[in-house]
Amino acid sequence: MTEKKIRILVAKPGLDGHDRGAKVVAAALRDAGMEVIYTGLRQTPEMIVNAAVQEDVDVIALSILSGAHLTHFPAVLELMKEQGIIGEVLLTGGGIIPEGDIEALKEQGTGQLFGPGTNTRDIVEYIRNWHEGRS
Amino acid sequence: MVSEAGNHEALIAGVLNGEWRATARAISIIENSEAGRVEILSRLYPSGRSGRVCGITGPSGAGKSTLVDRLASHYRGADERVGILCVDPTSPFSGGALLGDRIRMNEIVLDPGVFIRSMATRGSRGGLGKAAREVISVLEATGTEQVLVETVGVGQVELDIAEAADTVVVVLVPESGDGIQAMKAGLMEIGDVFVVNKADRDGAEGLRIEIESVLGLRTGREWRPPVLTTIASEGRGITELADAILSHREWLEVSGEGERRRRSRIMSYVKEIVQDALAASLWEEGGYRRQLEEYLPEILEGRRDPFSVAEDILAASGMLESLNRDSD
Repeated sequence: MTEKKIRILVAKPGLDGHDRGAKVVAAALRDAGMEVIYTGLRQTPEMIVNAAVQEDVDVIALSILSGAHLTHFPAVLELMKEQGIIGEVLLTGGGIIPEGDIEALKEQGTGQLFGPGTNTRDIVEYIRNWHEGRS
Repeated sequence: MVSEAGNHEALIAGVLNGEWRATARAISIIENSEAGRVEILSRLYPSGRSGRVCGITGPSGAGKSTLVDRLASHYRGADERVGILCVDPTSPFSGGALLGDRIRMNEIVLDPGVFIRSMATRGSRGGLGKAAREVISVLEATGTEQVLVETVGVGQVELDIAEAADTVVVVLVPESGDGIQAMKAGLMEIGDVFVVNKADRDGAEGLRIEIESVLGLRTGREWRPPVLTTIASEGRGITELADAILSHREWLEVSGEGERRRRSRIMSYVKEIVQDALAASLWEEGGYRRQLEEYLPEILEGRRDPFSVAEDILAASGMLESLNRDSD
């Protein structure tokens, strides 16, 4: 009998100190029945991927408001590759990210990225669908 | 994904080798009761149980995570590897959990000699005691010199953890209320070492004295728990805490109390495994859950009582002819 829960790491890379969005999303994911490992502010890509491996998460969700998304997402993808969890773990996230950049990052291997004003229900549904499609 | 039966060999070898990725996967298999759980646990068991599991409990906001962070740094300074398990409650409403202990562990999160795992209490099936004990046994099998288990001090959870740990550190802070509050919560019963954290705040000395006096009322025990003061955020008192944990560990061995606890732990673990297997074979595989549901209306309407229904089920399953009506 399995009691599988979706485990998801919510982290804020970079130096900006605005974690309200990340907290709202973390609470919404918890309320949707997921186990959310919240690591808080100022996470380096190394910290994020290291935590993802040890916590054996299904999903990594990054909140980036600083405009440095084109640096952080590829850096995390690169480390995920190194650790052999790419393809196994979904990298998603959100923040202030221009549409064109979203497409570019998706091509590099991230999942859906969500902009400001996204309904948390859409994020929950996206993650659930991804998880069901995988198992 | 490592899920095929043959791959458990590699996983087990990885855990025994102290590889974190294998350790993380093995823990998930146990948490999720996935195929391979029993094989992994039984193969890892002989390498575990070393007397080096330290539980850290106390009210939320007492600074447990920071204390664990500093204690782990202290052990790393002595070149000891540390396995950490942080247990937080699952929301009874959503079944989800917010696990935030890593936020305060920034000193150690990138240290390759430290493994940190967050765990939610999930359902009550089997109790937390069992799941946590099993995850702890995986951490022990990795061969780390120290295992730290952090839990929020509420009710059954902390008692279960006390069962699983060799040494229990209870962390209190001046603002977490007086010692009597802590005594009510049962914390005073389970502590082997007491810590007044945030000791630079008002009321710390008063709390320390109060704990001392409450402990004075604990009779018939050979181990007198020390009451220490720390300021975890500044790293003060950490060496003393590590020394106190070590003293307790030595006392466990010298006094024979460690041996006694190991015996009782093994007894209850094997009993639990047997009871779980019997319950599963009866209710699920035997199909008696359905039969019980069929009996329900009769009990609800007062035509039958739960004991006679239980007797019917036990008799039909061939497990027991009747209940012992002389017992209480």
